[in-house]
Amino acid sequence: MMELLGISVQALLGQVLLGLINGSFYAVLSLGLAVIFGLLNIINFAHGALYMMGAFVAWMLLTYVGMPFWVALVVSPLIVGGIGMIIERTMLRPLHDLDHLYSLLLTFGLTLVIVGLFQNFYGVSGKPYPIPAALTGAVNLGFMFLPIYRGFIIAMAVIICFATWFLIERTRLGSYLRAATENPEMVSAFGINVPLLVTLTYGFGVALAAFAGVLAAPIYSVNPVMGNDIIIVVFAVIVIGGMGSILGAILGGFSLGLVEGLTKVFYPEASTTTIFIIMALVLLLKPSGIFGREV
Amino acid sequence: MTKHAETSNPAQAQGQSSERHRTSRHHWVAFGLIASFVIIAPQFLYPIFVMKLLCFALFAMAFNLMLGFGGLLSFGHAAFFGGAAYAAGHAAKVWGWPPELALIFAVAVAIVLGAVFGFLAIKSRGIYFAMITLAFAQMAYFYALQSPFTGGEDGLQSIPRNALFGLVDMSDDGVFYWMVATIFFGGIIFIYRVIHSPFGEVLKGIRENEKRMISLGYQVQRYKFITFIISAAVSGLAGGTKALVFHLASLVDVHWTMSGEVVLMTLIGGMGTIFGPIVGAAVIVAMQNYLADLGSLVLIVQGLVFIVCVLAFREGIVGVLAKLLKTRL
Repeated sequence: MMELLGISVQALLGQVLLGLINGSFYAVLSLGLAVIFGLLNIINFAHGALYMMGAFVAWMLLTYVGMPFWVALVVSPLIVGGIGMIIERTMLRPLHDLDHLYSLLLTFGLTLVIVGLFQNFYGVSGKPYPIPAALTGAVNLGFMFLPIYRGFIIAMAVIICFATWFLIERTRLGSYLRAATENPEMVSAFGINVPLLVTLTYGFGVALAAFAGVLAAPIYSVNPVMGNDIIIVVFAVIVIGGMGSILGAILGGFSLGLVEGLTKVFYPEASTTTIFIIMALVLLLKPSGIFGREV
Repeated sequence: MTKHAETSNPAQAQGQSSERHRTSRHHWVAFGLIASFVIIAPQFLYPIFVMKLLCFALFAMAFNLMLGFGGLLSFGHAAFFGGAAYAAGHAAKVWGWPPELALIFAVAVAIVLGAVFGFLAIKSRGIYFAMITLAFAQMAYFYALQSPFTGGEDGLQSIPRNALFGLVDMSDDGVFYWMVATIFFGGIIFIYRVIHSPFGEVLKGIRENEKRMISLGYQVQRYKFITFIISAAVSGLAGGTKALVFHLASLVDVHWTMSGEVVLMTLIGGMGTIFGPIVGAAVIVAMQNYLADLGSLVLIVQGLVFIVCVLAFREGIVGVLAKLLKTRL
């Protein structure tokens, strides 16, 4: 067995893998937040709750309708994204012209309601969700065993992040979106339905959260508080990466997950606080975040 | 133009001074009402309940100093409240300190935390500020979860109330009540004085128009930083007192839901009003008390109240009342 600084390579790689998996969730969640922030200028506090809802909807679809994982991976984000659009239309839109802090407070209230509702009906204990049959087992990579499902999570996260980046930076729809971020009045003067764009964007960001939730369902137990703490770590990731920066969200998510994983190997006591300490350092050295332009 | 200004000035000044007079009379009435409530309440309400209410009212008032008067939404005030609760608990339980020293220590810890968080967060504004304070408070939460000093999941239990100044026995709730009432009054009068001092006027100026205050030569960052520390200190006083009231400091006190609760109290009472947070704290503490048996329904009701307040009731109870009375409360 090879050793490095007194730590076995297996243990190191195992934590790197775990770090990358956490990083995948951070990346997809902070990407959704960044997309929403870019156009609506609000921070969606309910993101964690909607991530939980994505996992729960997948569990409900499996339990009540028998819908397999692969279908739920598409259907659950669509359902939750639809709920997101209703939230935007009915509650966030009236607050659009007010101080954005009100939107933050509204989504905070929504978080309490959503988490409370699921707690009320399903209790706080976790619901098991089986790993789909095609993805069980592990492959031998020569230096370690990689559970297939975990590799699948990382692959899916990379694909969805790349697809979103491509959609926003390289397509016509994305260019409307970026233009509407810069100057909504001008874009609507060109005949583009900006309010609809806003609703769709919010729905899309929320669907990303739900997608992450479905991915998380088989490895974490599905429970109403699963989004409570991860959301705040994701906030820190966004501050580090730079507010509203797509690239910052993706790269920040993966790399901070990795850093967190490595801290677990070398200094386990600090593993939960590393990201916040990095955030403090970034605030001191570059307050706008690593990829951010301005505060 | 100048002539006009000269002629209208005395009348205007007179009008302003009589309005100020009327407002300050209203404030005396409000203080009187609060004082009589505090004196009469233990006759018909459970003292522990009233003490809880007073602690949260003080906490909300400290929080409102930042949000309502400084225009800064901190989502991390649980760190000061809970951190100070642990500090007071540790001082009283492990070191055997009397309550007044334990509370001084708690406030000192809150001030240190406030200075560190404030130093890092104060340059940012709006949503960014809210997120950063929230993240730092979460760091404090994780620290509390892991550190042996806080007792982890169990929290610090059976914190004793030692004799005040080493002389007066405080173990009886009825006696301790008067100490809490005194702390509460000291706290709210202090905050009231801060709001109505020249410092407070500058703060309101920053809230209304920060750029203008900068161009007038005010060190805006410094004012905000000091406000943050004052707010943290009084929140710490409230948290430390709460730990002594319940003989308990736990993870609930440092969790972000606590930060959310204090926002809700301020919002429902009326942010930017002087007495709103007290009313808001009373509403929320009473609501939690009566809905306690319903479990997670409390969360749902609280969330719904939050949503309704944000969508349709942004002025809050006291804000509406002040509008009706055409005064500032």
